[in-house]
Amino acid sequence: MFELEARAEPSRLMSWLSPLLAVMLMLGGGVLVFWALGKDPVEGFRVFFLNPLKDFYSLSELLLKATPLMLCAIGLAIGFRANVWNIGAEGQFMLGAAAATGVALYFDGSDSSLLLPVMIVAGALGGAAWAAIPALLRTRFNANEILVSLMLVYVAQLFVSWLVFGPWKDPDGFNFPQTRMFGDAALMPALLEGTRLHYGFLLAIAVLIAGHAFMNRSFAGFRMRVAGAAPDAARYAGFSAARMIWVGLLLGGAAAGMAGMAEVAGPMGQLTDKVGSGYGFAAIIVAFVGRLNAFGIFLASLLMALLYIGGEQAQQYLNLPSSISMVFQGMLLFFLLGADVFINYRLRLRRRAPRSH
Amino acid sequence: MDAGLITSMLFATVVAGTPLIIVALGLLVSEKAGVLNLGAEGMMAMGAVAAFAVTHHSGSAWLGVLAGMGAGMAMALIFGVLTLSLLANQVASGLALAIFGVGLAAFVGKPYEAVALQTVPPIRIPFIADLPIVGEALYNQQALVYFSWALFWGLLWFLYRSRAGLVLRAVGESPSSAHAIGYAVIRIRYLAVLFGGAMAGISGAFLSVFYTPMWAEGMVAGRGWIALALVVFATWRPLRVMMGAYLFGGVMITQLFIQGSGLQIDFPSQLLSSLPYWATIVVLVIISRNANTIRLNSPLSLGKPYRPDA
Repeated sequence: MFELEARAEPSRLMSWLSPLLAVMLMLGGGVLVFWALGKDPVEGFRVFFLNPLKDFYSLSELLLKATPLMLCAIGLAIGFRANVWNIGAEGQFMLGAAAATGVALYFDGSDSSLLLPVMIVAGALGGAAWAAIPALLRTRFNANEILVSLMLVYVAQLFVSWLVFGPWKDPDGFNFPQTRMFGDAALMPALLEGTRLHYGFLLAIAVLIAGHAFMNRSFAGFRMRVAGAAPDAARYAGFSAARMIWVGLLLGGAAAGMAGMAEVAGPMGQLTDKVGSGYGFAAIIVAFVGRLNAFGIFLASLLMALLYIGGEQAQQYLNLPSSISMVFQGMLLFFLLGADVFINYRLRLRRRAPRSH
Repeated sequence: MDAGLITSMLFATVVAGTPLIIVALGLLVSEKAGVLNLGAEGMMAMGAVAAFAVTHHSGSAWLGVLAGMGAGMAMALIFGVLTLSLLANQVASGLALAIFGVGLAAFVGKPYEAVALQTVPPIRIPFIADLPIVGEALYNQQALVYFSWALFWGLLWFLYRSRAGLVLRAVGESPSSAHAIGYAVIRIRYLAVLFGGAMAGISGAFLSVFYTPMWAEGMVAGRGWIALALVVFATWRPLRVMMGAYLFGGVMITQLFIQGSGLQIDFPSQLLSSLPYWATIVVLVIISRNANTIRLNSPLSLGKPYRPDA
């Protein structure tokens, strides 16, 4: 039998190999899933994992899908590093989308080039304001931020649904729950001709770089890392726990809000009640698989985008529900969490203790 | 307000509170053993879809409940392997379970979305169901409602009167002491986690087979998370879990009754529907305000991985 033996110190190598191992296991698991569903595993693999990479346009769609994931995940990672568990990015995303939509609708018809920057700021503020609720309740009343931020996801969904069914409903929209289409000045310009990829992608890259700088080059980021890795040391050094909760949640909310803005001003072009497409939850997986690190998050968001698009392909060509994406995404995180055991432990063959009589 | 309305609101409150009681009491047991499983929403979703599918194919609601229980336990087993055997972070693993369970349930349940089940008739308890007002509300209910009461009394006895319950609580307070006096901490925690999964599965089954006999993606609607909040709110005590669950049931039902009453109130239905979630937040705030209440009542090792030194 094998047993786990604690390593003297965590293995840096394993902390990078573990996501790769998890991806391998997920691909293997994916083949098994297709086989179990009575589909040709080779065909399934090709449609799900290779189709989304087959040409230039497909790749641009991959980057488009990865944009909101990157934005949400980098914000979450800042909090997660300090053990601030904001899991309500989905709600902050929707509030950011709603705030940006508010600006777009209010200045409808304007062709000012300032409109987009103002919408970005509004999106960030909307998301941050929604995240401020769990931050306030946690720091003032000690209420668990996991549960509060999650409850607010449901509230945000109902709030957006009220907006698009009620006051913001497009008067010429045949009663569909959606707002008017935004004017050109409120839409993200295309980044590459002939694709849907837009400037939001550059925004995401910029935020990734800023997030990296914050976490690794600033004193505030250092404090947050210490608080996560060694809470007692942080307390002893006099770092304010309340400030870290505020910073973690506000930055997470702002990033998610920007992602929501980039979605309504990007591929959607309007606000609908389907605006939250699970990006906020998927970003939790992205943050973990990316090792709470900006470059890792970049790669992980591409991988998760691949799983999303693979699901759409599977729906189209294999006649499977597109929710198969979520199955693969969940599997990936399970395998990662399991493989992470090797960061702190190694496998050892258990030698039988000599029998004593 | 006439007596009929009181009876029907009371009846509906009990029905709405029941799934919360079942899942929250299951979570209570695993938390008492020191394991925080945030995946309740995922386990409930899988329980709901498995129960629905089996009931649909077999025609037996009871086989369905059994299948829901099995599905919940299977999900809990994944969580157990990750956190207890592989020592993964409980918060991250629980989140993974919630995301995975909801996704897998949506995937498995796709073919059942347009299917309806026969409603299961309630069980009428002779004589006491004839009591005025409360009789019809409390004693002409679904069998799982009676099950939730039995579960409550059973747990009270188990946790506070039985030796096994004492061991379970010891494991949650101080796993190393429990290990030192010879208890198999990991095995006990596995059992507690599986029990939590089984109850979450039954609770999901109640939703899809009895409460609204249909399956829809997202039908659990946050009840797994509300149950997690309930356990904190109840400061890990079964009686308060039960009272809290009915309180939430009451909030859910009141907003539905207002929406359905045709009262001309100028308040959007969506915002009314968000009341139970706001109520959860408010209640969490009230109970958490005093950090000592939480610290003194929560199992000491809650959420912390434990590995016995071989």
